[in-house]
This record gives sequence, structure tokens and C-alpha cells, in this order.
Amino acid sequence: MPTPPPATIHPDGHTDGNALAGPLGELFAVDLTAAATSCVGCGRRSHLAELHLYSSGPGLIARCPGCHDPVLRLVRTPERLILDLRGTVSLSVFLPSPGE
Amino acid sequence: MARAAIRRRLTGPLPWRVAHLVGRRAETATANTLSLRLDDWPGHLPGQHVDLRLTAEDGYSVQRSYSIASAPEDSMLELTVQLLAEGEVSPFLVRDYALGDPIELRGPVGGWFAWEPDDERPVLLIGGGSGVVPLMAMVRTRRALGRTTPFTLLYSVRTPEDVYYRDELERGDDVGVAILYTRRAPPGSRRPPQRLSPNDLPPLTERHPVTYICGPTGFVEAAAGMLVDLGYDPDQIRTERFGPTGA
Amino acid sequence: MAIVTPGFRGRRRAQADRLPPGQYLEDDFPVLSAGPTPRIPLDRWEFSIETATGPARVWTWAQLLAIAPETPTVDIHCVTKWSKLDTRWTGVSLDTLLTEVDTDAAFALVESYGGYTTNLPLADLLNGQAWIVYRYDGEDLRAEHGGPARLLVPHLYFWKSAKWVRRIHLLPRDQPGFWESLGYHDYGDPWREQRYAGD
Repeated sequence: MPTPPPATIHPDGHTDGNALAGPLGELFAVDLTAAATSCVGCGRRSHLAELHLYSSGPGLIARCPGCHDPVLRLVRTPERLILDLRGTVSLSVFLPSPGE
Repeated sequence: MARAAIRRRLTGPLPWRVAHLVGRRAETATANTLSLRLDDWPGHLPGQHVDLRLTAEDGYSVQRSYSIASAPEDSMLELTVQLLAEGEVSPFLVRDYALGDPIELRGPVGGWFAWEPDDERPVLLIGGGSGVVPLMAMVRTRRALGRTTPFTLLYSVRTPEDVYYRDELERGDDVGVAILYTRRAPPGSRRPPQRLSPNDLPPLTERHPVTYICGPTGFVEAAAGMLVDLGYDPDQIRTERFGPTGA
Repeated sequence: MAIVTPGFRGRRRAQADRLPPGQYLEDDFPVLSAGPTPRIPLDRWEFSIETATGPARVWTWAQLLAIAPETPTVDIHCVTKWSKLDTRWTGVSLDTLLTEVDTDAAFALVESYGGYTTNLPLADLLNGQAWIVYRYDGEDLRAEHGGPARLLVPHLYFWKSAKWVRRIHLLPRDQPGFWESLGYHDYGDPWREQRYAGD
């Protein structure tokens, strides 16, 4: 894990993981914004909707609200959707009950 | 808290659908509510949003997210769009998008920032500017279903001319509404125009409410921080950030 | 297959001869970030070039500014399809900085304050193709555009021009950086439209 740089980080320009619902819906049938994540960097647990989302053109980067490490990264190319989850220990979501 | 998994018919990944504009009305001089019709709209929970995709003739394409303003019980899907002069999409939606024309739409999405009508907790809604839109969907749903869940709405807005849904908010049903002006208040107002402060927030009562805060990122983070300082349970605060300039 | 939205034109855009395939001309300078903007006090800023063997060569802010700068005017091309022509910068050529470094490494991994990384062949940092820049359009480079200093490598897609540049590692093998490890191209030539791996 990289040591934090000697700079002060002022978070700015971010939204949040609510906006991931549409893009992730291209891959998953279940809404993941309520999924629980656990940051590999600091251990903080956040719902995906609470992550700080940077919608940089090349992709979507969802960062831990505590330590700002990337938790989830999403890139959409014309042919592929690439989801990188190395920043979370796990992703945990309630399943719909049968018949819903 | 209770599971917030939003069920969807397992038809596979969320498709882009085509909606058509069937109505438009002004909320303010610079904001319109668009009424859209789609076939087979699966319904939504208040608080959810849709993604719109706009494509120019040369293939240039952009996407934006808009909160659903209407209750699921309404016959049309409604979005309220604020014109941002420097924006790329809102000038088209507010000025140029013509009745009858198609638009691509994906949704509903976003199960985290949604109110479930069966949730018995009191509800505190805090909206900054166009952040009031998804909160209004919750108010409308409550009314349509005849629920009596205690609801309080704090709506922070610059001037009286910027207020959305004024007629509905002044209707006087049992939703507690406080409009908090930040730049100019109506003459005779007791509260001077100023940003949201801890004095504007209701003190905690025995029953913790579920709180929904929506608006520009700075507003949402300030409001959430104030609530936590007042003792509100962070696990019962749901937030939706629109980014620095709002929707 | 997206349908056309009647009447939608988006930002005014024009195709020009100097644009690589798939790009549009942009008048503004969009700010696209993968994370929060770091604020680095100049008295703690440093830039270093590191090799696998041998000591790192480090420059403080004062040392960087003491080097005779160049003022390149270049076109820049972002992988998100906007291009900006004739952008004016002031900074130090990597040729000047690399003369102080002994290496037979063939690749570079550029690292930024805040953790961003990007990779490119060392040859693409040489021969007048790259600078560490600290002024844009006549003014100090603003933080949201990568200030106090960023890398400028205009012949490649602009994600290679790492903002808030901190360090360049010279390596024997190519190592994918932040976007490259998410499916973007290891090289990134806009004229061959090398946006994604395999293009």
C-alpha cells in the first residue's frame, strides 16, 4: 500500500456512488448501490452509494470516503465493461427473496 | 437497517428504452418539469433516478442522471430539469426538446437513495436547490398512498423565484415544510437569508428518523456533518450528491 | 444502437484537419479527475527520477525553476475525444532532466501526488517530446489542471500527461499504470486511435 503523499487532500468535484446504479446495471441484475464494501486501504465499511465518485472521462472511480483510496473502478469501452474491485475486500448485497 | 435491495424482473441487464415527451411545464423561469411516457415502465421507488442518453446526428453522445420527480402512482414519469447556462444537456432539455420527440432513458436506478413506503420511521428530508426533486417524489408518494408517516422537509434555495413545486408545498397537508432562503427571503421573513445552519435542523426526538439529504456536494456534506454533530445516527442518513454545481 | 435525439447538438464542435481520428475541437479546458485534487505546498514539493540501480535524482521546486525553461506550444488530445490546439506551456524539457540520469531502462512509470500512475516507453520522454510544465497560457498552472507541475507528453493521449507529477521510475519492463490496468492502451497514439488495449 503506497504511503500517503505529504500533501493535504481537499476533496472536490465528486458526486457519489448513486450514479453508478445505471452503469452497473449493464452488468448486474441486482442494484448494487446498497451493497456493502470494505476498503482495502483503511478497512472502512461503506455502502457503494456512499463512495465518493469521480467521473473522470476515461472511467468512473469510486473512492473510500475515509482514506480516498479507490474502492471500485469502472471503464466502459465500445466492446467491454471493465470492473475493478481490488480496492474492496468484498462486496455484499442482500438478495431479492424468491417471488419478487 | 432493512434490506434496500431493489427488485427488478430478471430480464437481464438494464436496457436503454425510448421515452417521448408528452408535456412540459415551468417550475421557475429557468427550470422545467418534463412529462415523459414510456411503454412498460416497470415502476420505481421515490428517490430513484434515470439516466438519459442524448445522441447528435454525428454520433456524439452524452449521458446525464436526473432524479424522478413523480410518484410511482402517477401516470407519467416526470423529471424536473434546471437550466445551467454553461451546461451541455440542460439547455437542450429546457429549451429545445420538442413535444413528441424521443429520448433514450435507462432506469429506474439507485436503490440506496429511495424511500420505502412501508418504512415506519419518521422521515427528514433536506434538499439544496435542485436536490429537492427526489425528495418531492417521496412527498408525492406518501400523499398518493395516504400514508401518515411523519415527514419534515427542509428546502434550501436561493430566492423565492427559485422555489420548485411551491403550490404543492404550500398545500398545507401534514408534511412539515420549511423553505430556507440563502440569498433573498420574502419581505417580513423571520429568518434572514443565510445558508443552512444547525439552528435550522430539528432536534432529535426519541424516534430517530431516516434522513435523506440531496443537493450539491458541499451542501450535502455540510448538512450531514451538522446532523451527526447533533446526535443523528449516521447509519440512518442517506445522501445523494449532485456535484459542485448541482444537477 | 443509440437513436438520434432530434435537435440535440451538444457543445459546438467542429472537425479540423489537425485533429486525430475521432476527436472534436474544444475551446474550454475540461477538468477531468480520477480523484481529489492534491494541494502540495511548494516548500515540500519535489520531483525525482529513479532507476533500478543507483541513487534517485531529486529536484526541489527552487531547483526546477532554476533550470532554463522552454515554452512549447502544442496540440493536446484527450481520450474522451476532446482536443485543444495551440496550448501554451512553460516548463523544463525531460531531455535536460534525463541527462543527469544514467540508465539502460527502456520504460517509464510516472507517478503523481495522490497516487495516479501512467506508463510509457522512455524513448517517448526524449528528443523534445516531453516536459515538466508549471505554467499554462501565461499563468501558474492551477491545481485542478495539475499544478504546481505536471508532465506534458502531447504526442500521446493526454492521460499520459500526468497531473501533479512527483516521480518517474525508469524500469526494464513496461508496467501498466492506473488507466492502463483498466483496459486503456499501454502506448496511446492518438493518430492511430490507440485508446484501448488491443487497438
